Amino acid sequence: MADLYSEKVMDHFTNPRNVGEMKDANGVGTTGNPTCGDIMKMYLKVGVNSDGKEYIEDVKFQTFGCGAAVATSSMVTEMVKGKTLEEAEKISNAAVAEALGGLPPIKMHCSNLAANALHEAIKDYRAKKK
Amino acid sequence: MIYLDNAATTPVSDEVLKVMQPYFSEKFGNPSSIYALGRDAKDAVNTARETVAKLLGASASEIIFTSGATESNNLALKGVCQSAANIIMATPHIIVSSVEHHCVLDSAKYLNKSYGVDVTYLPVNYEGLVDPQDVADAIRENTAIISVIFGNNETGSIEPIAEIGKVVQDARNLRQKAGNKLPLVFHTDAVQAFQYLDIDVDKLGVDMLSLTAHKFYGPKGVGLLYVRKGTKFSPQQQGGAQERNLRAGTENVPYIVGMATAMRVAAEHRAEARNRITKLRDYLTERMKEIPDADLIGPSDPTKRSPHIASFLFKRIEGESILINLDLLGIAASSGSACTSGSLEPSHVTKAMGYGDMEAHGATRFSLGKMNSKTDIDELMKHLPGIVEKLRAMSPIK
Repeated sequence: MADLYSEKVMDHFTNPRNVGEMKDANGVGTTGNPTCGDIMKMYLKVGVNSDGKEYIEDVKFQTFGCGAAVATSSMVTEMVKGKTLEEAEKISNAAVAEALGGLPPIKMHCSNLAANALHEAIKDYRAKKK
Repeated sequence: MIYLDNAATTPVSDEVLKVMQPYFSEKFGNPSSIYALGRDAKDAVNTARETVAKLLGASASEIIFTSGATESNNLALKGVCQSAANIIMATPHIIVSSVEHHCVLDSAKYLNKSYGVDVTYLPVNYEGLVDPQDVADAIRENTAIISVIFGNNETGSIEPIAEIGKVVQDARNLRQKAGNKLPLVFHTDAVQAFQYLDIDVDKLGVDMLSLTAHKFYGPKGVGLLYVRKGTKFSPQQQGGAQERNLRAGTENVPYIVGMATAMRVAAEHRAEARNRITKLRDYLTERMKEIPDADLIGPSDPTKRSPHIASFLFKRIEGESILINLDLLGIAASSGSACTSGSLEPSHVTKAMGYGDMEAHGATRFSLGKMNSKTDIDELMKHLPGIVEKLRAMSPIK
């Protein structure tokens, strides 16, 4: 049977990791575009690790969107959990798509925004800290 | 598999396949050939033409076989515009509803971009219906063609074609009195309507009507354009005298034969199918009330809805996510959502009805056919509430 999405995308879509709201988040970011039909919200709990560096202790997401939108959101949470903020900031949308084994071309523009939501959440955390 | 996407396409019925079969390898002649084999093929096409014409209340000479409704709709709009431009020696104006199929909308857009044809897009109300008065108001001195879809493919709304036909006739009479030589052509895309609604071109007051066979158990790749006798339009395809010089190209004999049978069978079973499918649709609509915030879109009056189509807006979630979850369970449905149609914009139909972008993305269409029964709806409703709940729990929109 011809597939709409890769196996990995389908795995993240059907069993999304880290989905839900986070009450005690100290960084929240939202991205998306209603015309395209994708809205992603990322919640971060940033802590300090044994090296004294800020890192992502916990992460959760909520997404309104298509299969790709859900899968990229789920993927990015898996990629950043436990990473320092510096490392997390370097994760791009392209890297998320690649980690999922690719996305259909039409989805690359609109639905592949999960890293942006993550970056917004980090920005929010830093702004709140000031 | 549970197939709830009959507005997208239907399987070829055994009966249709059987009548098509001999025309591939056995009776394979070219209808333009002079010998017996060719004459047999010509006979088959002519018989098919007689059959379909009768079913539309038309005469055989008013039928042009095409490759499907997309070609028929392109031919209607472009052919009439070109002819009109030659009559008035100026750029014509055309009127289309804002809820047409893309092949009408994109033809209109093409005519505008390439030739400067002025296009009026008729608004629809929140039920997706065109007001005939809006058609009357939109007609100008240089209006060449008005195209309004009969049964909407996304919402199932049935447009008031006969009423619009009257409005057009009034405008035509006035035009004649004023000595305006430009014909006013009324076209309808009846693709979703033919199977369940009685169609008589005179009663509807249409000059052109498009159909495609695969929506009613005929093959894909064959359709027709009814063109009322005397309607002026310029052929868009050259290279042969087929279809009375109006559509060049060797006739698709097996498919034409198949289409005629599919139309005959559909018309024979129309009343019974309409009755059964309407009941099934109403059962689906009733059961859907079990899901909160799943709003039926289109006319509230069930008689203004196509029997086989029910579209719902599942608030706060997106159509494709619903469809993939259903697909995983072997249930086929469709959405007006961007992600599945290959474009990123939400459906122009739901937007024209006044729904917002986010709402439009949650539109999901279920379309019924002869293979479906109540158990299919029960099976769907066994899973759908859970899918919707799961996706809503995931959604950031409250």
